[in-house]
Amino acid sequence: MNIHEYQGKEVLKQYGVVVPEGKVAFTVDEAVAAAEALGTQVVVVKAQIHAGGRGKAGGVKVAKNLDEVRAYASEILGKTLVTHQTGPEGKEVKRLLIEQGCDIKKEYYVGVVVDRGTGRVVMMASEEGGTEIEEVAAHTPEKIFKEVIDPAVGLQPFQAKKLAFAINIPNELVNKAASFMIALYTAFVDKDCSIAEINPLVVTGDGNVMALDAKLNFDSNALYRHKDILALRDLDEEDAKEIEASKFDLSYIALDGNIGCMVNGAGLAMATMDIIKYYGGDPANFLDVGGGATKEKVTEAFKIILSDDKVKGIFVNIFGGIMQCDIIAEGVIAAARELGLDRPLVVRLEGTNVELGKKLLNESGLNIVAAESMSDGAQKIVELVK
Amino acid sequence: MSILVDKNTKVITQGITGKTALFHAKGALDYGTQMVGGTSPGKGGTTVDIKLENGETKSLPVFNTVVEAVAATGATASVIYVPPAFAADAILEAVDAQLDLVICITEGIPVLDMVKVSRYMEGKKTRLIGPNCPGVITPGECKIGIMPGYIHTKGHVGVVSRSGTLTYEAVHQLTTRGIGQSSAVGIGGDPVKGSEFIDILSMFNDDPNTYAVIMIGEIGGSAEEEAAEWVKANMKKPVVGFIGGATAPPGKRMGHAGAIISGGKGTAAEKIATLEACGIKVAPTPSDMGSTLVSVLEEQGLLEKCKTH
Repeated sequence: MNIHEYQGKEVLKQYGVVVPEGKVAFTVDEAVAAAEALGTQVVVVKAQIHAGGRGKAGGVKVAKNLDEVRAYASEILGKTLVTHQTGPEGKEVKRLLIEQGCDIKKEYYVGVVVDRGTGRVVMMASEEGGTEIEEVAAHTPEKIFKEVIDPAVGLQPFQAKKLAFAINIPNELVNKAASFMIALYTAFVDKDCSIAEINPLVVTGDGNVMALDAKLNFDSNALYRHKDILALRDLDEEDAKEIEASKFDLSYIALDGNIGCMVNGAGLAMATMDIIKYYGGDPANFLDVGGGATKEKVTEAFKIILSDDKVKGIFVNIFGGIMQCDIIAEGVIAAARELGLDRPLVVRLEGTNVELGKKLLNESGLNIVAAESMSDGAQKIVELVK
Repeated sequence: MSILVDKNTKVITQGITGKTALFHAKGALDYGTQMVGGTSPGKGGTTVDIKLENGETKSLPVFNTVVEAVAATGATASVIYVPPAFAADAILEAVDAQLDLVICITEGIPVLDMVKVSRYMEGKKTRLIGPNCPGVITPGECKIGIMPGYIHTKGHVGVVSRSGTLTYEAVHQLTTRGIGQSSAVGIGGDPVKGSEFIDILSMFNDDPNTYAVIMIGEIGGSAEEEAAEWVKANMKKPVVGFIGGATAPPGKRMGHAGAIISGGKGTAAEKIATLEACGIKVAPTPSDMGSTLVSVLEEQGLLEKCKTH
């Protein structure tokens, strides 16, 4: 789960990570009031959306007085920002962060991730702050330094200092930078983050080390033990169909194509998208109904797929292991009857009770095309939506 | 011969009184697995009665702790179905009881819990399979996990996969072509897990009963690439592969916690290129896993040996 920058900074602040003073604003008047309360000479007006690249898209402005704050806030609020992470449709700005400006001497990068290779948390740091770290990693990987952290003892001061020296933090600020990193690691572990990125981390003219931006991403499997974080979820930033699916414990991701997919198992669901594409079609979604899908769950999954106007046909691909094919068939038939099946439907069933499942589909009187295998089904649905 | 489990493997179920655990304990017993008991804290001293398909009822003893269960039953393996919030602790308990093998089926364990588990397991004798996996099966001998037993046939092809349903798909394609399996292992879809491809490939390499292997990977991480390099350097048997997620958009988690392309890394294209470069033939679609293996077996003159007559 993602949260906004201002929320991330509030979380980090609880752990002693230094961040600029700032306040969220939902309206232009709130923005001006927040700037007034800050009382600093320079104020930064920052669009709050769940995507990076906001600065380049015109979502971050430096204001030198309250009139400028008003002007920039009016300009950015309600604007649709298109960045390399939003997709071409962009994202509408509904919140602003009004923050004190600071005297930046130099920008750095610090990130924390779970490294699958070592099975450990790794802190990464680079002198190349402010730019995309993927670019640095691709072109100058020697400029990224890493410390693998032993979960039994956590990030040790010597490790943090090693990183700080490696990225050339000024000598007199190395201890401050190390404290910053340890606080960041503590927050990461304590709140079950999956990514914590500070880009840039800045050294200021008045000798501070602080997080100018903060991107926190949380492990959705651990949210059950972080009610405070769960409360920060912003549904405006998520796809409506994905939200609906999550209510029914369905794993759904919207895509751009026109063939709706319903599959059991994440691996098979991904592979189903692949095979549709292989035969020249375009999947409209990834949808895993899970191992223990009920008739009701299948119906809900169908509703979500059909609510997408782009969908011109549906491919159901089920390998019933524990899940029985007749249950799936019942769900498909119930959903098709309830919702009215106005688009082609290809069903491939395999596994437990497959014959019974096929019989139910055949006798339903519905216009369902049966497929003998994954490839047969994919070819049929691709042909039907042409 | 086989890997990890065979007809002599004695298995306990951790959290045996739960609905899912009981359902799958029955499935394992029906298959012929030696399920010898289970744990459920607070219910030690009781038994659970499981009615089998053949009409018999099997009564399994329940213990408070894994140590007690092991002492009383001689179990060497456990399977875990406990909810995600308690699963990491269940794994640690099994490791502490010095079991040879722990298979964790549970999906949704917080990744930082697994970071601690993997640290705790360093230097310990226990092998962990999973979490978030279908389990392990040696056809005709022992089934531990949630896979449908009947699609499997005893034979000589090893299967290792990050995805459950794709494992079934591959096994089914093999069985319908008359090719049996030595063992099928689901290593799970989480980013931090007990066993990686290389661990399992190495066992298949050493198993005289395994003549060839299918390796099924997916987007995210670099375990497939590392495995491919290992195969090139060490594997004495043909390996064919499949990588799921060629069409997955970057930055989106495709169901499995581990299946995500981040920072431009872990794409299917990269993985397929590395596999091919290391001599692993990759099936162009998930429907071709079986036929790709058959073509490689034919090339190498192994097809007849792998046919289950």
